Amino acid sequence: MTDSNRRPPAISRRDLLRTAGAAGAAALVPGAVGAVREETPETSPTASPGAGPAASSSRAETAPLSSGPLANLTARETEILSAMIDRLIPSDDLGPGALDAGVVRYIDRALSEAESDAADAYRAGLAALDTYSRYTREGPFIDLSTVDQDSVLIDVQIGAATGAGVGFVGGSGSFFNMVKSHTWQGMFGDPQYGGNVNFVGWDLLDYPGVRLGVTPEEQRLLEADQLEPVRRSAYDYGMFG
Amino acid sequence: MTTQLRETDVVIVGLGAAGGVAALPLAEAGLNVVGLEAGTWLDQRDFAPDEIRNNYRDWPMLVKKAEQERPTSRATSATRANQIGGHPMMNAVGGTTLHYWAQSWRLNPWDFRVVSETERRYGPSRIPYGSTVEDWPFGYDELEPYYDRVEREVGVSGQAGNVRGNINSRGNRFEGPRERDFPMPPLRWTAFHDRMADAASSLGWGPFPGPAAINSEAYQNRPGCGYHGFCNKGGCPINAKNATHITTIPRAVDTGNLRVITRAHVTTLEVGSDGRVTGVNYVVGSNEYFQPAKVVLVASYTYENVRMLLLSKSRPYPDGLSNNHGQVGRHYFSHHQGAGVSAFFPYDLKSWYGLPAQGVAVDDWADDNFDHADLDFIGGGNLWVMSDRRPISAANMGTYGQSRNWGSAWKRFIHEHSDRTHGSYIQKTTLPYEDNYLDLDPTVTDPLGLPVIRITGQFKNNERAIAGFMQDKMEEWYREAGAIEVNRGGLGNTMGASTHAYGGTRMGDNPETNVVDRWGFSHEAPNLGVLGASVMGTSGARNPTLTSQALSWRTAEHLVDNWRDIAE
Repeated sequence: MTDSNRRPPAISRRDLLRTAGAAGAAALVPGAVGAVREETPETSPTASPGAGPAASSSRAETAPLSSGPLANLTARETEILSAMIDRLIPSDDLGPGALDAGVVRYIDRALSEAESDAADAYRAGLAALDTYSRYTREGPFIDLSTVDQDSVLIDVQIGAATGAGVGFVGGSGSFFNMVKSHTWQGMFGDPQYGGNVNFVGWDLLDYPGVRLGVTPEEQRLLEADQLEPVRRSAYDYGMFG
Repeated sequence: MTTQLRETDVVIVGLGAAGGVAALPLAEAGLNVVGLEAGTWLDQRDFAPDEIRNNYRDWPMLVKKAEQERPTSRATSATRANQIGGHPMMNAVGGTTLHYWAQSWRLNPWDFRVVSETERRYGPSRIPYGSTVEDWPFGYDELEPYYDRVEREVGVSGQAGNVRGNINSRGNRFEGPRERDFPMPPLRWTAFHDRMADAASSLGWGPFPGPAAINSEAYQNRPGCGYHGFCNKGGCPINAKNATHITTIPRAVDTGNLRVITRAHVTTLEVGSDGRVTGVNYVVGSNEYFQPAKVVLVASYTYENVRMLLLSKSRPYPDGLSNNHGQVGRHYFSHHQGAGVSAFFPYDLKSWYGLPAQGVAVDDWADDNFDHADLDFIGGGNLWVMSDRRPISAANMGTYGQSRNWGSAWKRFIHEHSDRTHGSYIQKTTLPYEDNYLDLDPTVTDPLGLPVIRITGQFKNNERAIAGFMQDKMEEWYREAGAIEVNRGGLGNTMGASTHAYGGTRMGDNPETNVVDRWGFSHEAPNLGVLGASVMGTSGARNPTLTSQALSWRTAEHLVDNWRDIAE
């Protein structure tokens, strides 16, 4: 491990995460805070594909979801999880990543709701990820270079992160797959659940957006690369309570 | 303390695809019908286009009875059965038709006569070893009027390929003759559908749009499909999917003769000393009820139909209701829909908006539509290419060796290719075998303490041979359309719980090998009828729901026409 492996943005991001964790897991996630804009979906229903958060509309209702204390994850767990998902979908020159999308908050909320059975697996898995990093890379996961972090995560993904005291429940691969699955849901799912803040996930995919109906003309425009994307949550359509 | 209710003419257990259809002719004939449904009424406001809710959190399932009764499964009786995966069905008025794909096929004529047609064309040795397959007790022509009726009552869109013998190559030239066209034209195609159809044509195959219980235009005062992309495991927010909770069930309620009891969890059927069924036991919350009835129709899907019969032990039926010949649970099979093929294209498919039922079908390699003389299997498969993509599923696409499935390189890959993969859907002839069956699990129970169903089932050489053959055909089709990479899944082994589960209460004239007669009534308990795919003895190469609904209508009509003989 040399310093040349450390890209400057990664260092500053990591420092930011540590600060967030030290502050008690309350402050959170760069990019997710303060990006809420005044436009309503009715006045600004669309955004250019790939234009990033600044050009996307967002709903005022998402504001409470992207700040405030987490309910399930401790400060330390938040640091480790944040560092992990920042490697799964990094913020880079292509645009925002999982942290900007509010994936930590998505997962924290999910652990109170549909994924409450997974709370123990997160607790054990995040601790095990850190323990494995200390054993094999001589430092806590959040202090490793991005190269070493990726190397650790590959071990975890293929089920090779084993050893005395490394307590993944059901193997490291199932922990990795669980976090990846939830990260993808938080990045690319409906923003109603606290993730996909400013629709950054849908912008990454060039997803043309949630509509209740698509006319033949709209399908034709889509095929001609001329359909303006819609950036609304399903729940911005009034009928779904 | 069990509350004794007043006797009714007919109880239907389960108001889904099958029971929800049978209720209508019974109620219209003036019979008093009680429909016991474990789930609740849901409506279009419950059906937000939300991938997390539909596809990752198992909505819509407000009542999770089925989920608490997940079958265990194992490949053979030599291994231990495990309860893995979710239950594919849901509980609600309308059942799984609320969120199914709604492909509404008729079986092809060969599917009714697999044994006699195979022996006639290839000789008796070509029936696969160990298979218990029989001809149906009647042919396609017997069921045609009921297919026709349900296509209109429920609402099915499609392109006819054979109207009274007149072949139209825009439809399926292999289908059995239909009396008239579909009540609605087929769902529209996208540019990708056109491209795949052109590729099939250039291979000399006959591509056509498949049939769907989805409005392609306004029908019965409800709108045409919106193609919004959340139909797969999602309810329809504009009521264009013709689930029974908005079609046949409300019309039956409107007669004044159908009473729907929701959150009614039926446990067992009761039997008199004469062997006739006297009614059903059910619970709502912690309250227990007995509903007496002259006739009971079980319509709660294959696993639960079999489970209820096996749990209903009595002096006349010590091994379970209608099981004195040991046939309940036998001849079980779940449709071979695995062994998938996916492709990677060098262009965007523009498939974000659409639905699984909007597709291009090829039937050239299905059933006995091609010569099997030099092949080592009978039957075949239906090739299906559809438009179905949502953001999370798109982001989970395979990377075809081009990157790891996470990280910055992956992020660039998905940004460029999220709309460039496609997974085909290939339904294959699946046969019943001596050693594939359902019974009660010896250890796993539901929250009431009742054993769940155990599936012992394995795809055999015939199914695996079809799977490999169909993968070759699918790859050929994809390559012709310009695919640059093609991936194949394994050929299949254990039959897990499936949305296409057949048999267990098979229909046939011989009571030694079948549970119900040609009308769907028990060979042993004459006032017990069975509705659903559990009566079907062959799968064909296409979705079972329309056949199950046509059979249900026919059973209900037979009951009306023979009320005194059956009920009294």
